[in-house]
Amino acid sequence: MSRVAEFIFRRRGRNGWHWTDIVTWAWLIGGLFIMFGPAVWLVGSSFKSPAALAEFPPTIMPYVTQKATIEGYDKPLDLYEVTMPDGSKKVLAEVRRIGIVAQMVAPDKPTEIVKVKIAERTPVRTMSFATSNYSEPFTHFDFVRYLWNSVFVTVTATLITLIVNSMAAFALSKYEFRGRTFAMLLILATLMVPLSVIMVPLYSIVSALGLFNNLWGVILPTVATPTGVFILRQYMLTIPDELIDAARMDKASEWQIYWRIILPLTAPALAVLAIFSVVWRWNDFLWPLIVLSRKELYTLQVGLSIYSGELNVQWHFILAMTVVTMIPVVLVFIFLQRFITTGIAGTGLK
Amino acid sequence: MKADVPGGGGGSGLGEAAMVPVRLLMGAIDAPLRWVQRRLGIGGMATFFLMPNMLIFGIFVLLPFFINFAYSMTGGTALFLPDRSFVGAEQYQRLFDCANYTDPNSCAEDTFWTAVGNTTWFVLLQVSLMILFSLVTALILNRDLLARSFWRAVFFFPVLLSPVVVGLIWKWILQRQGLLNFGLYSLGLEPHTWLNDRNWSFAATVGVSIWAHMGFYTLILLAGLQAIPKDLYEAAEMDGTRPARAFWRITLPLLMPNLLVVVVLVLIRAVQIFDEVYVLTGGGPGTSTLYLTQYIYETGFATQLRNPGLAAAASILMGVVLVILTLVQLGLGRKGENKGGRK
Repeated sequence: MSRVAEFIFRRRGRNGWHWTDIVTWAWLIGGLFIMFGPAVWLVGSSFKSPAALAEFPPTIMPYVTQKATIEGYDKPLDLYEVTMPDGSKKVLAEVRRIGIVAQMVAPDKPTEIVKVKIAERTPVRTMSFATSNYSEPFTHFDFVRYLWNSVFVTVTATLITLIVNSMAAFALSKYEFRGRTFAMLLILATLMVPLSVIMVPLYSIVSALGLFNNLWGVILPTVATPTGVFILRQYMLTIPDELIDAARMDKASEWQIYWRIILPLTAPALAVLAIFSVVWRWNDFLWPLIVLSRKELYTLQVGLSIYSGELNVQWHFILAMTVVTMIPVVLVFIFLQRFITTGIAGTGLK
Repeated sequence: MKADVPGGGGGSGLGEAAMVPVRLLMGAIDAPLRWVQRRLGIGGMATFFLMPNMLIFGIFVLLPFFINFAYSMTGGTALFLPDRSFVGAEQYQRLFDCANYTDPNSCAEDTFWTAVGNTTWFVLLQVSLMILFSLVTALILNRDLLARSFWRAVFFFPVLLSPVVVGLIWKWILQRQGLLNFGLYSLGLEPHTWLNDRNWSFAATVGVSIWAHMGFYTLILLAGLQAIPKDLYEAAEMDGTRPARAFWRITLPLLMPNLLVVVVLVLIRAVQIFDEVYVLTGGGPGTSTLYLTQYIYETGFATQLRNPGLAAAASILMGVVLVILTLVQLGLGRKGENKGGRK
C-alpha cells in the first residue's frame, strides 16, 4: 500500500514536499476543475426546468418544488413544509402569498385556509430531470433539421476532402513534373489566406455560382485544405517508389495505383485527416453564418448562435441543444484523442 | 508483386459489404481513366490527380484572394464586381482618415479604429498570457507524473469544442445568475453583471479564448520539451546545477524554436479572433469587444448599409499583418529544423 502511495505522490523532495510538487498538484487539480467544470455545469444545467434555472443561488443538481393538484384549485400548487405553532411539521400547499404571510391549505382539507409566515416554511424539493428540454426542441423546433444539415455538411465535406486532398498529395509526392514545386508552394501559401481575409470576394463568388443559401456553398470552399495535402504528402513520401514501379510492370493503371496501393497504405494519415476534418467542419461557424440566411438551412452552430442572441433567450432549450452539439466532439475526444494529439505534436498544424 | 493489395486492410464483414459499391465504382472509373492515361501519358496523370484540388483551390481561395484587391478599390453596395464603380484608393483613404490614430473618435471610420485598438490590446494580453499558461502547463506535464496522458487530455479537452459551444458555456457561467456570481455570493462577495461591464467583458474574451485554445499550444510545447535529451539534465545535476539554472540554461534555449513557432501561431489566431467572442459578447457592451474580423463581417454583410469595398480594404490590411506573421513563422520553422532540434 505504501508503495502505491509513494508512486502516486512521487515528489521531487526526498523528505517531504518540495514547493514544486505543491505547485504541480495545485495546478493539475485546479486545471481539472477549470477545464471540465464549465462543461459539467452546462450538462447539469441542461436538465433543469426554466423555474430551476431562474433560481439564485443555483443548485448543483436539478431540483424542483413539488406540486400537488388540490380540489377546488385549477393549477397545481407548490408544496411547503411548515413548522406549526405547536412545533410539529406539516406539508401544506400555497394558495397565494401576501407580503411575508402566505395563505395555505392542507391537501386533505382543501377548504380550510391556514395563514403561515413565510419564514416558518421551506419548499418541498425533489430532484427532477427536465428531459423535455431535450425532447421538445426535437419536436417543436427546426432542431432536427439543423442537426441533419450539420451531419450532411460534416460527412460530405470530409469525404470530398479525403479524396481530393489525397489525389493532390499523390501527384505531389510520387510524380516528377514541371511546376511541382510551384504547386506545392501555392498550396502552402494559402495557409496565409484565412477566411477572414477573403470573405467578401468569396461571398460574391459563391453567390455567382448560385451557392448562396445552399449547403454546398458551405462545403466546397472548405475542402481544398492545405493542411490536408501537407499531412498526406508527408506520409506518402515514406511509401517506397518500388511498389509503384512493380505495379506499373504488372500493367496497373495510374488510377489503380492510387486507389489500390497508395490509399490503403496511407490509411493512418487519412484517419488523422478525417478526424481533423470532422471536428473542423462540425465546428465551423463564420462561413456558414455568411452563406446561410434561410432558417431551414442553418447548421447547429449557426442555429444555436441565432437562438442565443434573441432578446428572450430560452436558456433551458439552448443549454440542452448545446449539449447535443457537444456530443460528437466529446466522443471524438474520448475515443480518438490519441490520434489528434500525436497529429498535432507531429505536424504542429491545426 | 501484384497490384491487388487489399483495400481498407480487411475490416469487419459490414465494412467489407459497405466497400462493395465503392469498389464497383472505382473499377468502373478505371476503364475511361486508362483511356485518359493513354492520351496524357503517365506524367500527364499527375496533372489529372492534381486538378480537382487545384480547381477548388483556385476558385475558392486564389480567385477571391486576387479579386479582393479589385473589391477594395470599388464603391457602392452592389455585390458583383462588374456592377461596382471604381473609386481608386478612396476606401483606404477613408480607413486612414484620422486626426489621431489612438483616438477612434477623431477618425472618419471610427469603428475600424476602435476594432484595431481593441484587437491590439487583445492580442498583447491574450498572447502573453496564453504563452505563460501553456508553458507552465507543459512544464508541469513534462514532470514524472502519474497518468500523464490523462492530465494532458484534461487540458486538451476544450480545444475540440466548437467556438459557439465555448461562447455559450461561458455566457451561461458569467450571466447575472450564473456560476461565477454564485461562487462570489457564497464567499459573501458582491455579484456582478460581468458581460455588461466594458472592462470585464474584455477580460472575459481574453480569458475564454485562452481557456479554449491553451491545450493546443501546451501540446506543441510538451512535444518540444520531451525532445530535449534527458542526459543533459543528469549531467547538470551531477555538476550540482540548481534546477532554476537548469531551466534557464537548458530547457528554455532548447525549447526556443518551438516556443517561437507557438508565439507566432497564437499571434496569427489572436488577430483573427471572432467566433467565441461573437457568441459570448457580440462585440459589446457598446464596442468594447469589437475585434477586426467582426468589423469586417459587419461592414461587409451584417449592417443595413453594407459596404463590401470598405470591408475588403480592411481585410487586406489585416491580411498584410497575417502574411508578415506567417512569413516569420515559416522562417522560424526552417531555422528550428536546421538546428536539428526536432525530429
